[in-house]
Amino acid sequence: MSNLDVQPAPTPIRPWRITPRRVVPQIALAAAGSIIAMVVALLTPLAGFDGWLLIFVPIALVGGYLLARGKGAVATTDAMVANTVVVVAGIAFYPIISLLWTVVSQGLDALLNLNFVSSDMRISGPDDELNMGGAAHALIGTLMMVVIATVITLPLGVLTAVYVTEVRGRMRTLVRFIIQSMSGVPSIVAGLFIYSTVVMGMNRFSGLAGGLALAILMLPTVARTAEEVLKLVPDDLRSASYALGAPQWRTTLFVVLPTVRSGIVTSGILGVARIAGETAPLLLTASYFTATTFSPTEGPVASLPVFTFNLLQSGTEYSFARAWACSLLLLLALFVLFTVARGLSGRDKR
Amino acid sequence: METALGHGTESQVPEKRTVIARASRGDRIFRRIVAAGALSSLVLLGMIAVFLIVRSGEIFGRFGFDFIFSSDWTAGAEADGSDSTFGVWAMLVGTVLVSLIAVIVALPLAVGAALFIEFYLPERLRSSVRMLVDIAAAVPSVVYGLWAVSIFSGAASSWGELLNRFAGWFPLFGVENEQYDRSPFVAGLVLAIMITPIITSVSREVFSRTPPDLVNASYALGGSRWGAIRSVVLPYGSSGVVGGTMLGLGRALGETIAVYLVLNLVFKPNFRILESQGGNVASLIATKFGEASQYEIKALLAAGFVLFILTMTVNMVATYIVQKSSPLES
Repeated sequence: MSNLDVQPAPTPIRPWRITPRRVVPQIALAAAGSIIAMVVALLTPLAGFDGWLLIFVPIALVGGYLLARGKGAVATTDAMVANTVVVVAGIAFYPIISLLWTVVSQGLDALLNLNFVSSDMRISGPDDELNMGGAAHALIGTLMMVVIATVITLPLGVLTAVYVTEVRGRMRTLVRFIIQSMSGVPSIVAGLFIYSTVVMGMNRFSGLAGGLALAILMLPTVARTAEEVLKLVPDDLRSASYALGAPQWRTTLFVVLPTVRSGIVTSGILGVARIAGETAPLLLTASYFTATTFSPTEGPVASLPVFTFNLLQSGTEYSFARAWACSLLLLLALFVLFTVARGLSGRDKR
Repeated sequence: METALGHGTESQVPEKRTVIARASRGDRIFRRIVAAGALSSLVLLGMIAVFLIVRSGEIFGRFGFDFIFSSDWTAGAEADGSDSTFGVWAMLVGTVLVSLIAVIVALPLAVGAALFIEFYLPERLRSSVRMLVDIAAAVPSVVYGLWAVSIFSGAASSWGELLNRFAGWFPLFGVENEQYDRSPFVAGLVLAIMITPIITSVSREVFSRTPPDLVNASYALGGSRWGAIRSVVLPYGSSGVVGGTMLGLGRALGETIAVYLVLNLVFKPNFRILESQGGNVASLIATKFGEASQYEIKALLAAGFVLFILTMTVNMVATYIVQKSSPLES
């Protein structure tokens, strides 16, 4: 015993710690690789980012192999896979970053004119100066159709989710299967369906038709998210409610659904995010109109995506600036929706 | 104990009762309402099929299978369509070709990105990057189209040219005209970029649900990170990856606006992916819809029906596979 007491406690090795000895060669490799690739890209015809990438990737992979060599086969494979995963993820993220950056930098140009959100294109053409006209008509139209779609879809989606998780009816497997398949209905087919029923029936394009087409695309998202949310409700709550003598409808309406109130809102938000930018179905149902309209039944209504699409086709400098600004508005809306959804998602789990 | 129990067994052990829980009237009404709501999706899906086929029945009646297997799309001036011919074969070929390119490119990228987010990225950055991917998955196709037209398609067509120079002997990469923009290759890459976030988002979600005990057990056995991924995470998440891929494939098959903007619509089946001609059913509908006569609209509805059947088949098969292979999700 005394023998043991005398010995000093060994220093812990902590192999998981990130030490300079492990990180510095990696960083040096990445830096050297990118500099070499940059030089090659500047001096040879392999110009631009893709040329850089073409040089950098082999350097990074071979260098990573050389660094990991000598630590055994398992460690070498692990390091090679890690390098590959990082490179692949970089390639996957690059277009996304490029897209977001381009939209923000190009879109600010027109969006910084306040009239872009306050006036419509009633008296302005797509290639007028940016201080004339705007996207107010499209904003209002999109809002109108999204509200119509949400009012229809949210109850149906929640009913579907309740059927699958609470009532557990005989056809729940079939219902889940149909909802899952419905998420694959091409958006233009939803548009064609509403065109062949509502538009042909009313004999005109309308915001109502647009909203209905969007509802078809929104339903699967809402139903599936709501189902996921309802599954999180602990069975104890249901049992407690039944034990107090409540029938199923009271349990569902006054215990289960209130528990996941914010989750239901989240499902609606994700649904809205899914449809807010849909272009193809609206082309066939709501079409496009240059002035602001508030009536959902009296003829064509503009929307942000269709407005963007029309601007793109006129193809002039100012119309492109406007198209970028519309895209920026759509992206901002998505950003707000997802931030709210993320804020809400933590709430129900208590 | 035994004797005490055994003493009066016959009288003490109660008979098994059958419990009949009769739902109250409120519950019966409630269930009926909920079932009606849930079945609305079924009715809707049926109605889509029925209305499209009824409104376009005339076209199928006149052209039969030629509507699917011929590639001529001529809209005549006659109101009864006697001088019109319609066939979507070239567009179907284009749809499948472009979607296949998209999935082949997007799948490895998405799996790599999903693994990166869940297992390689520092924990602090994880939730922001997740949100970035979710937003990218929801970015409208018209925005992707705008970006593709003004930024991406130039680069993509130069890659097409490179590919032709070094692999042009391969029939798939040969060209007749030295023009590389607006080709199925470019459109396929744009779609790949569009569906990568969708596949990433779904795969990442499944990967993150791998039971941590299994991953830790793999580490405890001396496995490396790659070992854990290969033998625990990927097998566990494979059905999710398949599901995400099918969702992405469905989106690619039905994509309209982005394809419309970056692909030349030519009514000739084209398998040379670098050639500047192609098309897909959805963009055909969007292109022709604006100036279509009543008769051509019927043909477009018929094309929509064909597209609907194609995507539904793909989707149902995929859903079936996923629901079969994931016993964890009842």
